[in-house]
Amino acid sequence: MSVRRDRRDKIASLSVQVGFLVALVALWYLGTAYWGISRILLPNPVNVWAELKDILASGEYLPDLRVTLTELAAAFAISCTAGITLGFFISRSPYLIKVFEPLLAGFYSVPVILFLPLYVLFFGLGPGSKIALGTTISFFPIVLNTIAGFGYVDKIFITAARSMGASDFQMFRYVLLPAAFPVILTGLRMGFTVALLAILGSETIASLAGLGHRIVHLAEAMETARMFAYIAFVVVIAALLNTAMSTLERRAKRR
Amino acid sequence: MTTGDVAIHVRDVSHQFGEPGDAQFVQALQHTSLDIARGELLCLIGPSGCGKSTLLNMIGGLLTPTTGTVEVSGKPVRGPLPHDIAFVFQENALFPWCTIIENVKLGMVFQGVPKAEQEPRARKALDAVGLKDFMGHYPAQLSGGMRQRAALARALSLETGTLLMDEPFGALDEQTRMILGEDLSVLLSTTGKTIVFVTHSLGEAVFLADRVAVFSARPGRIKEIIAVDEPHPRKPSFVTTEKFSRLRNTLYELLHEEIRKAVEQSATVVA
Repeated sequence: MSVRRDRRDKIASLSVQVGFLVALVALWYLGTAYWGISRILLPNPVNVWAELKDILASGEYLPDLRVTLTELAAAFAISCTAGITLGFFISRSPYLIKVFEPLLAGFYSVPVILFLPLYVLFFGLGPGSKIALGTTISFFPIVLNTIAGFGYVDKIFITAARSMGASDFQMFRYVLLPAAFPVILTGLRMGFTVALLAILGSETIASLAGLGHRIVHLAEAMETARMFAYIAFVVVIAALLNTAMSTLERRAKRR
Repeated sequence: MTTGDVAIHVRDVSHQFGEPGDAQFVQALQHTSLDIARGELLCLIGPSGCGKSTLLNMIGGLLTPTTGTVEVSGKPVRGPLPHDIAFVFQENALFPWCTIIENVKLGMVFQGVPKAEQEPRARKALDAVGLKDFMGHYPAQLSGGMRQRAALARALSLETGTLLMDEPFGALDEQTRMILGEDLSVLLSTTGKTIVFVTHSLGEAVFLADRVAVFSARPGRIKEIIAVDEPHPRKPSFVTTEKFSRLRNTLYELLHEEIRKAVEQSATVVA
């Protein structure tokens, strides 16, 4: 009974969500087609759709997508390596945890985007400054979750393994790693999400290529319909990437 | 008792946490000596904080005594001796990310049992504690009593001469404790293991033990050792005998005063 009711509730809320989006698009259409909203400020959704089809068919988006994804991959790889390594070493000593955890948590709350001008000075307008920003911003959730994962493993598990003769490697492989894994994974997902945000954002501020750059370029050329089409494209890409990350996280945690 | 019969030698051990004068200084156990015979089941009972778990951890090599020495099977204990000593801890010591049989096998991996032997030994141990049908379950899917059976199976599969149990049934309800105690008595009577068992329960101590060591309040020392002198495996009806009540009453009288002292101590600490 309750399973069926759960399903019904789910369908009901889903239909409200879909209805809301449909209403929004309908308002958008009516506003631009009949209520005289400026087409330069807000293009007609039909035009946007036509532009999106053109972008996808021509493959024009490919170079920019490649730039953005490469920046993301590089930033995420660096912050994973650095964050997990550093987090593990800090987690090995209660003293280091006491010193560094609050410090890193403090840095985490700094709006890192403010470092973009500095990074542009250091690394130029190209991918370098985007990678640096993405790395900086995703490093903190990863290192903090790694410290939390390895540093707060229940002592009884360690004592039990020690009493049965576990070597240092076995302790790591069979006790610390599986205990910390789900927590680290959450950190990786959070890091990934903010890295993507930071890279797209910084591309819109100061860049030579990338999806964010393309969107600003179109806005400056007053090609708002095409710009909206690109925004929709990026939203879909971002949603796909984040869903893939969340799915990976859920899969790995399920046991 | 000849020396050949002694499995565990405890010589004049003390343990303190911190240094005298520290705010955190605690004299957990002072100058305790004890011989435990091979195949004997000894219960340690006493008020909270009297050092009975400390003594158990020192026997098992998880804590180093401040003074004195411990020998198990003639070897001085300086750290864990996984081939001689197995532990059963309180409820939560199974690895939650492993199934029950993986938990048992992992113990053998740590101890260094050849891979081919792990599976049959794990199955045998789980069968012995009645968990044959739950080998593929995760600890979170089992009741507290079943988890403790699994923890016992993990310890049994290690085939050590000595088993140290630190309030293994402490987190369980009275009925589950009773059944597990009865099963444990039957199971252990066939293994010939030397067992040290820490408990808070007077009835559990009398029902399981060959001897019961009663601790005084902190700083802990052994106040008296009571022999139970009843063959294993013990029948459930042992609980209803006059002998059982007499022994239980003796323990109660010995403990009552110490528990009161311990409670007053903790009250002063708070004040």
